[in-house]
Amino acid sequence: MAMAASEIEALIKAALPDARVAIEDLAGDGDHYAATVVSDHFRGKSRVQQHQLVFAALRGRMGGELHALALQTSAPE
Amino acid sequence: MSDPTFQRISSEITQNPVMLYMKGNAMFPQCGFSARVVQILTHLGVPFKTANVLEDPALRDGIKQFSNWPTIPQLYVKGEFIGGCDIVTEMFQSGELTTLLAEKGITHEAAA
Repeated sequence: MAMAASEIEALIKAALPDARVAIEDLAGDGDHYAATVVSDHFRGKSRVQQHQLVFAALRGRMGGELHALALQTSAPE
Repeated sequence: MSDPTFQRISSEITQNPVMLYMKGNAMFPQCGFSARVVQILTHLGVPFKTANVLEDPALRDGIKQFSNWPTIPQLYVKGEFIGGCDIVTEMFQSGELTTLLAEKGITHEAAA
């Protein structure tokens, strides 16, 4: 069920190549992560739309295989 | 959309100015993320209605499709999808949630 942080990062970067991604394994169990994603693709989009881009990048794993991913998204300053 | 679950959701988010889809209920949340959103809404003193997705598998799947959002909880204000736990927390901390509720005409009292 668990997913490696590197796999999450790779999926996000495949969809959002310019993204800066920082992932923290919150519980050390490969199942509860927090990710900060900064990408120019987020500019002008609402938070909901920004998160939806990340969920789309994760291709259905979110909410299934990936139980908990706390997300923080923003466009570069 | 003729799907009965979608119809149910449409009418709930229209009839209830603040509608929360969650695991468990406001008194007994059954997930930490749902609990946090309940805590924020309670703290803001806004009246809200909840639906327990654990009691209804069709709703649990349906709300994810309806919102194009893979996780629970999900908060709707005046029919608009606001977000899940992370977004609601971020908006609460920045004060945006209070502003949004005020703009939407939802009366909130100071925290007790």
